[in-house]
Amino acid sequence: MNNGSGERRNNSGSRIRTIEIVNRSLPGRYRAERRFRLYGLLAVIASLTFLSLLLVSIFVKGYTAFWQTAIRLDVTFDPEVFTPKTVQTADYHGLVARSLGGLFPEVEGRSARRELNALVSTGAVFQLRRLAMDNPEVIGRTVSVWVPADDDVDMWFKGHFDQEGAAGRGRLSERQVAWLERLAAEHRIQKRFNHSFFTSGDSREPELAGIWGAVVGSFYTLIVTAVLSFPIGVAAAIYLEEFAFKNRWTDLIEVNINNLAAVPSIVFGLLGLAVFLNLFGLPRSAPLVGGLVLSLMTLPVIIIASRASLQSVPPSVREAALSVGASKVQTVMHHVLPLALPGMLTGAIIGMARALGETAPLLMIGMVAFIVDIPRGFYDPATVLPVQIFLWADSPERAFVERTSAAIVVLLAFLLLMNAAAVILRRRFERRW
Amino acid sequence: MSPASLLVVLLLLSSFAYYLGRRRAFAVAGKIGGSRHLHSRPTYYGSLTALSCAVPALLVFGAWIAFEDNVITSLVLSDLPQSFRNLPEERLSLVINDIRNLVNGNIVSSRPEPSILTAAARYREYMDISHKALTAFTLSAAGLSMVVVARRISPALRARNYVERALVVFLVACSTLAIFTTVGIVFSVLFEALRFFKAVPLSEFLFGFQWSPQIAIRADQVGASGAFGAVPVFVGTLLITLIAMVVAVPIGLFSAIYLSEYAHRKFRDVAKPLLEILAGIPTVVYGFFAALMVAPFVRRAGEYFGLDVASESALAAGLVMGIMIIPFVSSLSDDVINAVPQSLRDGAYSLGATQSEAIKHVVLPAALPGIVGSILLAVSRAIGETMIVVMAAGLAANLTLNPLKAVTTVTVQIVTLLVGDQEFDSPKTLAAFALGLVLFLVTLVLNIIALHVVRRYREQYE
Repeated sequence: MNNGSGERRNNSGSRIRTIEIVNRSLPGRYRAERRFRLYGLLAVIASLTFLSLLLVSIFVKGYTAFWQTAIRLDVTFDPEVFTPKTVQTADYHGLVARSLGGLFPEVEGRSARRELNALVSTGAVFQLRRLAMDNPEVIGRTVSVWVPADDDVDMWFKGHFDQEGAAGRGRLSERQVAWLERLAAEHRIQKRFNHSFFTSGDSREPELAGIWGAVVGSFYTLIVTAVLSFPIGVAAAIYLEEFAFKNRWTDLIEVNINNLAAVPSIVFGLLGLAVFLNLFGLPRSAPLVGGLVLSLMTLPVIIIASRASLQSVPPSVREAALSVGASKVQTVMHHVLPLALPGMLTGAIIGMARALGETAPLLMIGMVAFIVDIPRGFYDPATVLPVQIFLWADSPERAFVERTSAAIVVLLAFLLLMNAAAVILRRRFERRW
Repeated sequence: MSPASLLVVLLLLSSFAYYLGRRRAFAVAGKIGGSRHLHSRPTYYGSLTALSCAVPALLVFGAWIAFEDNVITSLVLSDLPQSFRNLPEERLSLVINDIRNLVNGNIVSSRPEPSILTAAARYREYMDISHKALTAFTLSAAGLSMVVVARRISPALRARNYVERALVVFLVACSTLAIFTTVGIVFSVLFEALRFFKAVPLSEFLFGFQWSPQIAIRADQVGASGAFGAVPVFVGTLLITLIAMVVAVPIGLFSAIYLSEYAHRKFRDVAKPLLEILAGIPTVVYGFFAALMVAPFVRRAGEYFGLDVASESALAAGLVMGIMIIPFVSSLSDDVINAVPQSLRDGAYSLGATQSEAIKHVVLPAALPGIVGSILLAVSRAIGETMIVVMAAGLAANLTLNPLKAVTTVTVQIVTLLVGDQEFDSPKTLAAFALGLVLFLVTLVLNIIALHVVRRYREQYE
């Protein structure tokens, strides 16, 4: 280029002007080049900032929920009240109140005592009953027990009330804070690992609410989804890729599958509501129906992934099998499918990960119910992790913000696990032809 | 025998049938000099026998289970005293519910009358008979066809062909499930929507400006007239979608350009999967993020500038939805930009273009149809998104274009109309299906156009 324009420059004056124009415009063009490049970089940085902002803010809000404030009480199981016969029905409320009163003998009057008792969660009663029923030897002795504190106490002790008015104590009264400070000075108040968050179902009391019920519900729902969508999806992909002739019928199926993959998820919820609940009369809130709806949603994803995986198996494999006398079905089942299966599994895991995070269609089929019990089967009312998050996000208590974030951390951990499994599977079975 | 254990028995019986068929095949082959004289390998004879055992039995089983409940209910009803049979339909269904609850040992609404108790006992009796009959029919169907097929096994029987044909039929059935799902969606939504349009005229729904789906329960109730003009809902949806696209399109497009044209290979290998994480995060998480972090931030920022921002604003929901959509725009655009042949870029460079000029004047115009397709897909995704707007956009159907106000969207209204107690003959509930129909049709049309545009474009260079 330089050579050509250089030669002409000697002969013609107008050419010199052109190159000057070009040279003069060059700095501006380079600036535009740098600007354009900067915009691109800023866009990437912006999206990565959003990602880290989202993850960090949720983690920062949520990790404290893995610890739960507990208060150490000295509980005396009076052998006259707690006999093997009465151990189930005895007055554990009174027991908690007496133990607290023992710590603060100077507290008099009904309202003061009520405020004192409010420091301890209602879950303490159940904890003490379980203790007495499981270990009869405690009866007649005084034992020191860590019981969960009320959620307001929990929030105060974790310092969540710092920025929020009312002298930084939320709904707690002034004397409650004074008692708590005394308890803290006596080392009777402590943050302990929050077992119940991982082992119990939902509750109206934040300090007792856990995700185990939702985890089990998610598990049952995903089992149904996997059992239905994986075999059917693989079968459909095999037919479309290996057996189907190109005609109007298969074109219709193909266009349909592509469109189904893009139908808004809530429409699948409407389908589930109208068909599975109203037409077939299946039970509401059941993992069975949730799984059915999610499998219809996941099916197109699995079909598309499985077809891509089948396509990547080279035709020479098929031709080799056919040439030694295998039938078409034998070729596919014995030679092509085993080679394509890892890719199909990867697609299935990714589809399942999406199903695990899905909320909207499950709202339609009634999986938003408040359910305390751990589901024990496919017909039991259940909720799933994302719906649990949705429910908690709506709760007014300050402590539920923390629980919601912690539940999100758990959900994201599961998703990360599934995606990691998909990546490992892909790496492990990746094959170049 | 309960249906579940019957299925287990059927499974065992089929395994036995497999074994039986295979053994018979060997026995038959033994007489004529070994299994190589058979038409198919012995396992195919086994599979054929197993199939002949399981398939008819399953057909009987399925049909029985499908009709069992209706038949028993009508039998029980015909046994009830006359006074019950004259009840209106809703009351009658309550009675049936009571009977079923009694049968299942659940809690019943009130103290059951003696006639209902006897009906429940009847119901249980019929169930018992039905299950016994089901067992007998299913097992005899299985056994009979198994024996018939097993007896027909001969060296000339084309077992492999039959088994393979059965398999292909199964594969076809699976792939048509997609069609059935679509038909199911269309019919279920359309059917309920038609019922809605009987109560509310289509023109009012499409062009009315007043949306307040609360229906008065009593005649004298105030403020619950029920108006179903969906324009405010559509406008709200479009507003939030617009905000989301304003966020997602530039960021997504520039990210795609940077990652595919400028970025160092190592940077790209890290940044691209990170960006795709954004697409994999459940939408309920975005909703929580929008409601808890972004909405208060938007409100405080608005107050700082002296603006009046609603606590649940379209802006907050749209911003977060835009973040969610970035990876859709970027990864699809990335694909089409990569598909533009290098020769076009080289041509531009050889004419003295800088890299950005080549991108702006050659690559982007060449990739434009594909980019438009990806944006359309992103739009349909935004219109159908539910959880972010449910958690962060409010419920009030304001007819406004002000992004600082609370607006509502189609998906939000579907959720609020259908969550909680429902009665399926009220326009309030049916309105959700009408909205669902609109949502389905709009996103379907967008998807079809987008897929068409993307595919059409891709073929150009291949």
